[in-house]
Formats: sequence, C-alpha cells, structure tokens
Amino acid sequence: MSELLVKNAYVIDPINRIDGEVMDIAVRDGRIVEDVGPKAEVIDAEGCLTLPGGVDSHTHVCGTKVNFGRYMSPEDMRAGREVRRGVKHATSGYSVPTTYANSYRYALMGYTTLLEGAMAPLEARHTHEEFSATPLQDMMANTLFDGNWGVMKAVSEGDIERVAAIVGWTLSAVKGFGIKLTNPGGTEAWGYGKDLRCIKDEVPHFGVTPAEIIEAMIRACEMLRLPHSVHLHCNNLGTPGNYSCTVGTFNLVPDLNEKRQSLYATHVQFHSYGGSDWKTFCSKAEPVAYTVNNRPQIVIDMGQVMFGKTTTMTADGPMEFNLYRLHHNKWSNHDVELETGSGIIPVLYRKKNLVNSIMWAIGLELGLLVKDPWRCLLTTDNPNGAPFVKYPEIIALLMSKKYRDAEFATVHRRTESRVDLPALDRELDWNEIAVMTRAGQAKALGIVDIGKGHLGIGAEADIAVYPLKVGEIDPAQEYQKVIDGFARAKWTVKRGRPVARDGEILVHGENTTIWVDPKISPERDMSRDPEFTEMFNHWYSVRMSNYPVQDEYLKRHLRMETEAAI
Amino acid sequence: MIHEDMICPFCGCLCDDLVIETEGSEVVRVDNACTLGSHKLMNAGKHRLKAPIMRDGGAWRDASYEEAMEYTAGILLDADRPLLYGWSSTQGEAQGAGVSMAELLGGVIDSTTSVCHGPSILAIQEVGHPGCTLGQVKNRADLIVYWGCNPTEAHPRHMSRYTTYADGYFLENAFRDRKLIIVDVRKTETGSIADEFMQVKPGGDYAVLSALRAIVRGREDVVPPTVAGVTKEQLLRVAALCKEAKFGALFFGVGLTMSPGKYKNVRNAIELVDDLNRYTKWTLTPLRGHYNVYGSNEVFTWMTGYPYAVDFSRQIAFYNPGETTAVDILARQECDAALIVASDPGAHFPKKCLEHLASIPSVLIDPMHTMTTPLVRCQIPVAVTGMDASGTAYRMDGVPIHVKKFLDLGYPTDTEIITKIFEKVTEVRHP
Repeated sequence: MSELLVKNAYVIDPINRIDGEVMDIAVRDGRIVEDVGPKAEVIDAEGCLTLPGGVDSHTHVCGTKVNFGRYMSPEDMRAGREVRRGVKHATSGYSVPTTYANSYRYALMGYTTLLEGAMAPLEARHTHEEFSATPLQDMMANTLFDGNWGVMKAVSEGDIERVAAIVGWTLSAVKGFGIKLTNPGGTEAWGYGKDLRCIKDEVPHFGVTPAEIIEAMIRACEMLRLPHSVHLHCNNLGTPGNYSCTVGTFNLVPDLNEKRQSLYATHVQFHSYGGSDWKTFCSKAEPVAYTVNNRPQIVIDMGQVMFGKTTTMTADGPMEFNLYRLHHNKWSNHDVELETGSGIIPVLYRKKNLVNSIMWAIGLELGLLVKDPWRCLLTTDNPNGAPFVKYPEIIALLMSKKYRDAEFATVHRRTESRVDLPALDRELDWNEIAVMTRAGQAKALGIVDIGKGHLGIGAEADIAVYPLKVGEIDPAQEYQKVIDGFARAKWTVKRGRPVARDGEILVHGENTTIWVDPKISPERDMSRDPEFTEMFNHWYSVRMSNYPVQDEYLKRHLRMETEAAI
Repeated sequence: MIHEDMICPFCGCLCDDLVIETEGSEVVRVDNACTLGSHKLMNAGKHRLKAPIMRDGGAWRDASYEEAMEYTAGILLDADRPLLYGWSSTQGEAQGAGVSMAELLGGVIDSTTSVCHGPSILAIQEVGHPGCTLGQVKNRADLIVYWGCNPTEAHPRHMSRYTTYADGYFLENAFRDRKLIIVDVRKTETGSIADEFMQVKPGGDYAVLSALRAIVRGREDVVPPTVAGVTKEQLLRVAALCKEAKFGALFFGVGLTMSPGKYKNVRNAIELVDDLNRYTKWTLTPLRGHYNVYGSNEVFTWMTGYPYAVDFSRQIAFYNPGETTAVDILARQECDAALIVASDPGAHFPKKCLEHLASIPSVLIDPMHTMTTPLVRCQIPVAVTGMDASGTAYRMDGVPIHVKKFLDLGYPTDTEIITKIFEKVTEVRHP
C-alpha cells in the first residue's frame, strides 16, 4: 500500500466544480481517497496552483509516421540533446523528439495522459511498441478509418451496422481507442495522386462522399457506444477559403450523445481560412466559432500555430504534398493499403510571413471566440502547429491581451487587415485554462469515468502542482510568470507517484495503454464474415490472422469494454 | 504438426503465409516459402552450436551460458569504446535492449544498415521519401521499376507477392496490365522478363537518373545521344512510360546504394519520383535484405533519434555516418571490445576491419558457426527468431509483423541473453 498527501494545494478541478480552494489531496494506491494515515509521503504544495494531470486529446508522439519524422531529420535531433542521467535516458530532438524525450517533456509540464491522434491499423504494433517505451503518461491511439475499404463499401451499401461491426472488430484487433477520420475519402483518392475538395466530392472507385462517410461513422460510433466521438480532421485542410467546407461539415453533425459531443473536430485553425488564394488569405475564425457556439454536439481543438521550426505530419497525404510544393524542403509520404495515407515535411513558421502570421492569429481567435472552454481545447496538433512545449506560451496568450498585443506588434504588418484578433478583449481565467488543458479534454475523450481529468474521490491520482500563486499573480500583466510556471511543474504525480519535480525526472515509470473493446453480437463478428475475410486474403499484404496486435504488446493496459448495440 | 500463416525470417519481404509442418523438433515440410526461406526453415534445427564456446589458447572449449555472459559483460565494462554491431537478424526487443546497453556503456551501436542501405537513409535525410506499403503497390501499380537489384535471386517472392505476378485490385489482368522496367549493369534473371531492360555502364546510375529527370521536366534537349551506355531513344521511351503510368513503383537495391555515387544516386532516384508525382502517382521503396534490418532502424530511431551508427561516448546520442559507423570504427582501430549480434561481419567487412576485430576481445551472439566465429573469443548460441523464438520485425515498407515461434529447441532468445548481460553491466555501472 502506498500513500501520498499533497498538502496546502490551491485546487482548480473544473469537473468537480472546485475553483480555487486550498485543500489537501489524499492518495492511496494510485487513487484519490478521503484521507490517508500518518505515515503517508507528504508533498507540500505551498498554496500553489494544483490541477488534475494534463490531458492532451490530440498529439502525435508515437507510431510509424512520428518515427519517420525522426528518421528523416537528424538536424532536428541535434536541437534537443540531453545526456543520460539517473533514471533518465539520453534524449534528442526538438519538434519530433525521441519517445523518452516526449514523455519527459510532457511530464515536466504536468501532463499525464496523451492521445496519439492517428494510428494506421495495419501498423498499430509500432504505436504500441512506442507506448511501451513511454514511461510517464497513459496512452491511447485513435485509429484511422478515412480510406478504409470495408467501411466505404458498407457506407455505399447504406449498411451502418456493418460499418459499426468493421470499426468494432478493427479497434479490438489493433487495441485502438477511437475513430479517427483524416481527410475522409481524400486519402484513398491520393492512392492515385488525387484529392477531394470537400464533403460532396465522390471518392474514386467507391461511390461514396466524405459527407456520407462522416455521417455513417458518427452513427456507427454511437452504436458501438465508444467513449470518444468521431475525431475528424476535415477535408481540404490548409487551403484558402476552406472554412466553408468546415462549416458545411459541422452542419452535418447530428446530436446523438447526451454525455459528450458527437464530433470532435481537430486542429480547426488549419480549417478556418478565408480568401480565394494565398494573396487574399484571411481569417474566418469568426464564422467557424459561431457554428461551434450554436452546435453543442461539436467540440474542437485549436491546432494553434506558433512561430519557429517544426515538423508537420499527418495522415492527409495529398495535403502534405501540396505543402511540400510550397516549402521545397523535403517530403516523405507513406500510403497504407486499404486504409489511409500520410505525409511528413519540416516547416518553419515565420513572423515575416503574412500567411504564417494569419495562421497564428486564427488559432488564438478560435480560443477566444468559442464561448465555452469545454468545447475549444488547447492543442497545437503537436508537432504540426508547434511542438507541445509551446503550450505555456499559448496559455499566456489566451490569458493576457497585453501579451497578445505585444506579440501582434512583431508579426507581419499586413496581418491586421486580415484577422480579428486585435479586437478581441477576452482574457481567459485559470479555471478556463484548466478546462482547456485537462478537464475538457478528458470529458471530450470520454475518460472522466475511468478517473481522468479530475481530482474527485476515486479518480486516478494524476496531479500537477505548478509554481504559481494564483492570488499573487495577475496573468493579464505578468504573463512571463504564467509561461514559466506552466513550463515547469513543481510536482507531477502520476498514479499516486511523484514522477517529476522542478525540472527533474524522478522515476522510470510504466504507462497504462487505454483501449476500447466493443462487445458485438456473434452475427456481426467480422472475423467470420466471408466478404471481410476475402478482402484480407486478396488485397491486404498480410494475412488476417497476422493483423491483430497480440496482447504481449500491451504491458500494462486498461480495456474499456462497451456494450455495442449491434 | 501443421503451423499456418507463419512468417519467414529471411529477407525484408517477411512473407507471412507460410505453412510449416514439424515432427517433434524437425521441420519436415515448408509450403509457400521461396528457396531461400525454405532452406533456412528446413534446416532450423541443424548446424546449431550446442552451447557457448570460448577460446582456450588456440582451441575452443565449451562454456556455460553464465560464464559466457559474465565474460561478455566483463569485456564491455573494461572497454573504453565498445562496439555493439549487427542486429538485423534478430527481434526488435533484443535491439531495444542493445540500445539501452550501449547507452549505459557509452558505446557505439550500429546495424548492418551501414553496409547496405545506409546511403538510402542519408539520401532520405536530405530529400525525404515518397513511399507506401507493399499492398499499395500490389493493388495499384501498373509500372514497376527495379533498379540495381535482382529480386528473382535475392527476394524471390517479391514479384509474386507484391508486384509483377500479384493480383491487383485496380487492375483487371494484373500480369498483362503491368509493365516492368529493369535497370542494371548486367542482364540478370529478372532482366530477362522485363518490358524494358536498361543496361547502365557501371557507375552510370547518377547520370541516367539525371537524364530521366531532365526529360520528365521537359528538357530532353540537354540529354546527349547516349548516357552511360543508354541511348537517348530508350531514355525517352522509359521516361514516357513513367509519366503515362497511373501508379509507378520504384524499388532499388545495393546496386544503387553501394555503386559510385552512393547516397547521391538514391537522392537522384527520390527526386525523380518526386518529379513524377507532379504528373501521376509514384512511390519508391528500398529493397531491404535482412528480415529485420529495417526494424533496427526503427528501434534505434525512437530510442535515440537516429536510425543507425549511434555513438553514446559523449553520454548524448551522436550520429555521424562515416565516423560512427562500424566499418570506420574498426578500420581506425578505435574500438577495444565488440559484441556482434545476429550478423556476419566476418563474411562482409574489409580485411583491415576484420584484422582489428580479431585483435580485440569480442563476443558473437549467433545460433550457428559463421565466418565471424573464427574472429571472436566467445560465441553464445541462441534461438532463431521466427523458428524457436518470437518477436517483432519490420518489413521493408515499415509494416511491423509479429514473427512467430513454432519450435522449442531449448535455446535462450537474443532478448533474454542481452537483457541478462545488460543486468550484469548494470550491477557494476549503475544508471
């Protein structure tokens, strides 16, 4: 039995409606309890800001694409080298750090749970191998279905139950968490070098449209009673004028779940562009935020862009090729048979560049224009908009108009006529930041009930104590203190064990992989379906029996079983 | 006993449809495998070392596993610059343990990549890699190019599983609808079935690739009548075929990576594929030899940031192929102890390197007697992954596959041995 007492914590715990109460948090065997005995280990929080451990509901940290980002970028590795010390392995990398480096840096910022945003099912084993090597965070993997042949055929036949059955079988087989759609249909078209412009275009050879895929998957997701909703990277990412496609997509979404959204739209900054070309490029955050505000079934994340070097990586293969043609640095592409695609290119976002400056502003506009912080979560689509180590700066930008104005004065001078940011006076408070960085993310992922994102009795004891005295700091004025405080947690506690303190990693831990196993009736079991098995035998390059990820790839894991309605 | 859907641990194709029949600890029949894989599997239990062996003066003596592992930990701990080399014919789990040990020892870890597709990686690090999984090629490609390689001999099922002879979802009659271009310095078995055989003078690959790129970009006027032995007429014909294809797939081997020009050849090939993508869809895949050499690149990368040749002597991961690669370290007589795992430098490295290897304390972890055995001071036999050990391997296209065990001959696995040596090292050199 291990016991821990975090004393004198200034707690903000939005899920339990605690907003600035100085209290003690008792922990026994990794869970939060009423009280502990006198022998418990004690951490004195000294009245500092104490939050549930950070949750990142959309990041790219493990898997084939991430690893290829490292593989092709020795120049990036030189930027983040640290020596091996104590329990800590040597680290390398800035925008695509090594597995250990990702885990350490997230832990130092108080993050304890991460969702890898895109896992190709055929290559899932790799993601799980890297999860096993991630010592300090619990991990989940959204599974890509954007170009899934079985799904598209079932959609074209109007058989939503079959869609659900295929998704359910696949999630169980690859130990995935939720459904990810990246440029649905567009990645299949990219198999022959084409793309789709928006949701009404037809996917070549399959007779379905992105709109049909998205809608069917939303319904299938609810049939399977998955904890998380469909997680969508909309079509037409990154092109001028794409906001209309985004708004059109949002307007499709039915409201099907009382507990959470029906659609999680990711990195919406990249989908809120106006203008008809790069010359007339401008922000359309306002109409996008307006749509979100009026449709409670939608939750978005920001996909904030921050200036500097990074590496973009996405399953959206055609988009990466187009971006490569703009940047001319280097380009990697990796299409995955019958399922999805992907691309990787390094990018430098520059303040001198008008388009980049507008992109930076759009993310912040979304964060400020979406009224409900539970429905606009703080991300950079790490590392696409920026590496996650930039989160503290984004928090400060959202909390301080003064900081925004100071930064705005340094960006491209013509940005002002293309964006609304200077006109926005809103300054988020500590509670709203807590929602956008943990409580809201846990709720959107549907993992509150397993004890994530809050500090109530029975919750997982994932706790972050920041060296920030809320009553003594005015975040609107002293934004540097906010940045410094969120960049280096005073304590990070993972499952009841202190894992980081003041910039030091204390333990080599072991994560929990959270995956979902929908219970489906035997008649809908795809492993016995002749058409489905035939597809494997003929068109995949691996046998169906060799496709599922074996249990031995999950060291410590939490299986979330759902009672599917099929 | 019949074992279905087994995985072949021979080449980077990692064919996963083998049917293997065993009687006791004997393999009596292998179906679906190529000659190379079949031969490896049929002889699974033969020619194995029975137990660890160690040098005893000029002769060998048997040793216990404990003694051999103790010796290995000892030489690695005593060394100033230990080299941990090989890793391409073993499981990913062993590779991971190897990286951790190299890190703690402040040693250098390198895989056989540095003598095969190392140049491909250098090229990828300059210009990227437009690739895909092999099933994507199988289902879509109507034009296949093999450059500087001979799959018929080296990857015998590559053409039947993934390219020329494979059924393709989008092709009505895949064999007839596909075209095959072979580029090589001599006409091989594969060349004899090509629609176009383009014979390049040795060392001329870079020039031929440049000429093709010029034509694809609309500058055929700068191309001379012949380029490295290839006529302009043929170059124009090949470039036209490439542009007309709906989906082209270029595969290349060490004929491109290890011939004059080295990584610049591969860079040019990648850029040709990049140029072609402006017209149609093209992808490129290195034909990887050992069944898990790509896995060593993957594991090294997520753990250290670099795919091969990682030097921990500064306590950080440092990478500089040409300096931190095994051949260079041996040739400069830099390392003072070596652990060779699942590879055979004795059969492949330059004489100068082997002379140094023979002069330093060294251990080989390998199931059988190899060309490297005479050069080392101790050999520890282990299970063969894919026969009597299971584990993870990465196919040449990056697809991770769980390689399965179907025999139990009582040998420890590479992972077990390396983990135990690592534990012994850790007892002395605490993290």
